[in-house]
Amino acid sequence: MPVDIISVEKLHSGYNSSKVLNDVTFNITKGDYVGLVGPNGSGKTTLIKTILGLFEPMEGNVSIFGERSWEFKDWHKVGYLPQKLVSFNPHFPATVKEIVALGLLSKKAFPRKIDRNDEMAINKALDLMDISDLKDKLIGELSGGQGQRVLLAKALVNEPDLLILDEPVTALDPETRERFFNILEELNQVNKVTIILVTHDIGTIGKYASKLLYLDKKIIFYGSFEDFCGSDHMTRYFGKFSQHIICHRHN
Amino acid sequence: MDIIEFLNYGFIQRAIIAGSFIAALCSTLGIFLILRRLSLIGDGLAHVTFGSVALGLFLRTHPIYISIPIVMSLSLGILKLMERAKLHGDTAIGIVSSVSIAAGILLASIAGGFNIDLFSYLFGNILAISTGEVFISIALSIIVILIISFYYHELLSITFDEESARISGIKTKKINAVLVLSTAVTVVLAMRVVGIMLISSLLILPAATALQLATGFKNAMMISVFASIVSVISGISVSFLLNLPTGASIVIINFLFFIAAFMYKRLIASNGGQS
Repeated sequence: MPVDIISVEKLHSGYNSSKVLNDVTFNITKGDYVGLVGPNGSGKTTLIKTILGLFEPMEGNVSIFGERSWEFKDWHKVGYLPQKLVSFNPHFPATVKEIVALGLLSKKAFPRKIDRNDEMAINKALDLMDISDLKDKLIGELSGGQGQRVLLAKALVNEPDLLILDEPVTALDPETRERFFNILEELNQVNKVTIILVTHDIGTIGKYASKLLYLDKKIIFYGSFEDFCGSDHMTRYFGKFSQHIICHRHN
Repeated sequence: MDIIEFLNYGFIQRAIIAGSFIAALCSTLGIFLILRRLSLIGDGLAHVTFGSVALGLFLRTHPIYISIPIVMSLSLGILKLMERAKLHGDTAIGIVSSVSIAAGILLASIAGGFNIDLFSYLFGNILAISTGEVFISIALSIIVILIISFYYHELLSITFDEESARISGIKTKKINAVLVLSTAVTVVLAMRVVGIMLISSLLILPAATALQLATGFKNAMMISVFASIVSVISGISVSFLLNLPTGASIVIINFLFFIAAFMYKRLIASNGGQS
């Protein structure tokens, strides 16, 4: 029987007392690769932040690994890449290695220390993102794409069971983007890592994701990409030629 | 006067020892405050210290004993005000600091008579530091530095990105409280070194110098501590030998360090990153 990794029930959520999401209900089970799409302002980031316990639901319930999201403690099971860093300072003086090491703090108890045993995990994550040669560089000295790969390495360093990626490839060149999606595919297929990928690129979802969640303040569609292709939602939201171009390419 | 004779003076020894500990403390915290864009909190808490010193003098108690609990409480007050009233940091700091200055001025006006004492706290006089104050400075500096080292990774994490830190299971409210409480204690101690008017310079300048040269976060902290301690010792020496105000001398030397680091970085950049 499939194990629920995320369970969202009748969720109403938002911020600064303005409601963004209305009556959202869905489940994500172990091994799902869910593409989360929707227009700007549709509540994708609000949904992600509510799942991650950063916003408390106004109504309804969100569970992650069976626990209410705002009471959840096993954060080492979750890797998260935000759309943008809220407080990132381009002159931040930490090295790539120091930044990736921060991803390991979630499984440490006080006083949280990074020791020699952690080096292997850090090096593995750096290798995975092909940035081992950058490990002693300052984060502020990197290009946008390199910086994004560092944050991806930080999200992956714990070998999480759930990866939540909010528009992760916007700053990446096509080659790195392809490599990144191949890594995600391998993590999903081989390691059964559950993935939620927020993106505007419906083609990417068609190529890699097993499910599609279309959000526009409420759930418009949740199911397989094939079902989405065959539905009216595809043409309604992506234009009349989308079905032919995207679904054909996918097939 | 030779260096041995200079260092034989008890008041010089006390100033150098206490000043070095406080300098190390300020410069360590300064890195976190600058990167979190909280540099203003040093200024704000210095203004709170002004009010608490006035209260201490009014009550005829040593100002440091009154100031530490008051400044610590009001530092938490600033955090609460930001959280509850949904104010930006600079607004909350502005409210608390201006009210504290106003309270200090009112107390000074009501009491009369302690304006000269208040003046010495405004501009600092580390050469007049007592043995008791030296011990308090050393003890509190060690405690705060230990707290910072225990919470180093949490502080680094919230400084890099507070939201990601929360998702790492870090209790960001607690770590923010640790940061502002440490800053509160530091500001009160630094009042003796450079005076209330110049406290923020001890927090900001060495850290700003370090950010020009750093090759990593720990490296930034080490450069900051080194620049700060050297500035304090040089400032004490120069002020004594040339009969200049000590606090102002320390700040100017700190600034010279910053200029040197800035020019060095520009030079390296113009040579295409080859040192």
